[in-house]
Amino acid sequence: MARSCRRSVSPGEYVEASVDLAMFHELTGPLTLKVLRKLGSDKPWDREKLVIVLDHQVPADTVKTAELHKELRIYARRWGIPYFYDVGRHGIAHQLLVEEGFVQPGMLIVGADSHTCTAGALGAFATGVGSTDMAAVVATGKIWLRVPESMKIMVDGELPKGVYAKDVVLHVIGEIGADGATYMAVEFHGSTIESMSISDRLTICNMAVEMGAKTGMVNPDARTLEYLRSIGCELRYPVLRSDDNAHYAEELHIDASKLEPVVACPHRVDNVKAVAEVEGTPVDQVFIGSCTNGRIEDLRVAAKILKGRKVAEGTRLIVIPASQRVLKEALREELIDIFVDAGGVVCNPNCGPCLGGHMGVLADGEVAISTSNRNFIGRMGSPKSEVYLASPATAAASAVEGRITDPRRYLP
Amino acid sequence: MKIRGRAWKFGDSIDTDVILPGKYLTLTEPKELAQHAMEGIDSEFSRRVQPGDIIVAGRNFGCGSSREHAPLALKHAGVGAVVAKSFARIFFRNAVNIGLPVVICPEAYEAVEQGDQLEVDLEGGVLRDLTKGVELKFTPLPSFLLEILSSGGLIPYLKSKLGVRDAL
Ligand code: SF4
Repeated sequence: MARSCRRSVSPGEYVEASVDLAMFHELTGPLTLKVLRKLGSDKPWDREKLVIVLDHQVPADTVKTAELHKELRIYARRWGIPYFYDVGRHGIAHQLLVEEGFVQPGMLIVGADSHTCTAGALGAFATGVGSTDMAAVVATGKIWLRVPESMKIMVDGELPKGVYAKDVVLHVIGEIGADGATYMAVEFHGSTIESMSISDRLTICNMAVEMGAKTGMVNPDARTLEYLRSIGCELRYPVLRSDDNAHYAEELHIDASKLEPVVACPHRVDNVKAVAEVEGTPVDQVFIGSCTNGRIEDLRVAAKILKGRKVAEGTRLIVIPASQRVLKEALREELIDIFVDAGGVVCNPNCGPCLGGHMGVLADGEVAISTSNRNFIGRMGSPKSEVYLASPATAAASAVEGRITDPRRYLP
Repeated sequence: MKIRGRAWKFGDSIDTDVILPGKYLTLTEPKELAQHAMEGIDSEFSRRVQPGDIIVAGRNFGCGSSREHAPLALKHAGVGAVVAKSFARIFFRNAVNIGLPVVICPEAYEAVEQGDQLEVDLEGGVLRDLTKGVELKFTPLPSFLLEILSSGGLIPYLKSKLGVRDAL
């Protein structure tokens, strides 16, 4: 943040910072434009720094959504926005920003979506805001921020079989609560995090907002730089790491080797229990996808369990890759075959049922296990439905048995 | 700025899906949003709430998504202020930005009962329960946030700063 304000800053201070990248999508964008028009002009401050994505309900499910898509399409054309991701080039914004090389260490990224914090996995300071905030950013390139305190979460040790990044982050949320890190910047450290893939780090930072945090971050390291090289991204910002002697408002230590597969039970993300405690709970639907766990690495884990097996009768499996790129890779690796052969439905990339939009919303009384990030009342459809959050492995194993299942039994 | 109205009590972690369910995110008209305010927890709320009424809630009010539709729905349903033990960060920002007063007052939840007549003095940092004759203190917001609130939100505030006239 200090870089964006061009001076040193301290926690609690209110500062005006320059934004390096802004993003909005079809559900938050139209409201942003409406606010901008009240200001007199909807011209973006820098069209190269704005990314507009259609990702929540794609392709359009209703006339209303189609209108929202159309509005952003016209806007992008009018101002010649080079980075407009229309239907067909699309993907869930948080995934797209990363795989298209928009995210780099040291950037200040602001998105009109709460899971913008995902980008912190590459060492950016990325945070979600609402539409009025976004309008002010689009108009001026600046944003008012309160400099956050930092919280350090150390995760050390080797993850046991069947335990994944999702289990780690759910465990943390269960431990500190859904408001355990309100207003703070959460940094994830330790040997477990260091040995994690970029995909796993994205899963962890994605859920920082579920602890109330302003952002989640992992210090950029050799793996980060290697990833950025692999996608052809040229570094344009100084690679910043947290100081070794940094002061933290709070610290938490976790021994990864003691963790087990967990789920967040209805209707709170911090209602975390060991899978063993709720094993056998029947599920009507299994959803594998979202910005939390819709990457190729996630689909590989699920496919490994589903290969040669069938989804239990009476249970539906819905798989949604997070982006067109992920879909293509999953086709190439023949993972899609595995899901379809198992009796699953594979939908095109978008948010799908994660926010109760479309492609598999839940009816009254139905129970789902999902790899997404929220299980609030009514999040995936009917207010009388229930959602358990889990890793792709736990979700896949549960699809096979038709009830919540410990994935370790299905892993070699 | 003083706000007067009846208290509506809600518990901890009232999330944005409860305040304004995701299926209404395709709506952008505040009036339409208002009809679904708090629908996830009280389907009668939007019909029964009266202008100026004050929500009194527990911890982490507004947790969840960045949807500005949530505070907008509350504001246009008539809610005059939200008083809570604590707020989720994005909701807090959004509320200030759209001109919905938010007050952090940890003691209010225990002191106030559903239906009590309340008065909130934003600058003075006082919450009065007129029914019970109780006064609670809270730390007022920093002055520039109060200025945004008294202008009616970030946009009217910026407009007055930039000298934009209401042509639209
Ligand atoms: S996948 Fe779910 S959480 Fe992620 S951006 Fe889409 S709706 Fe939001």
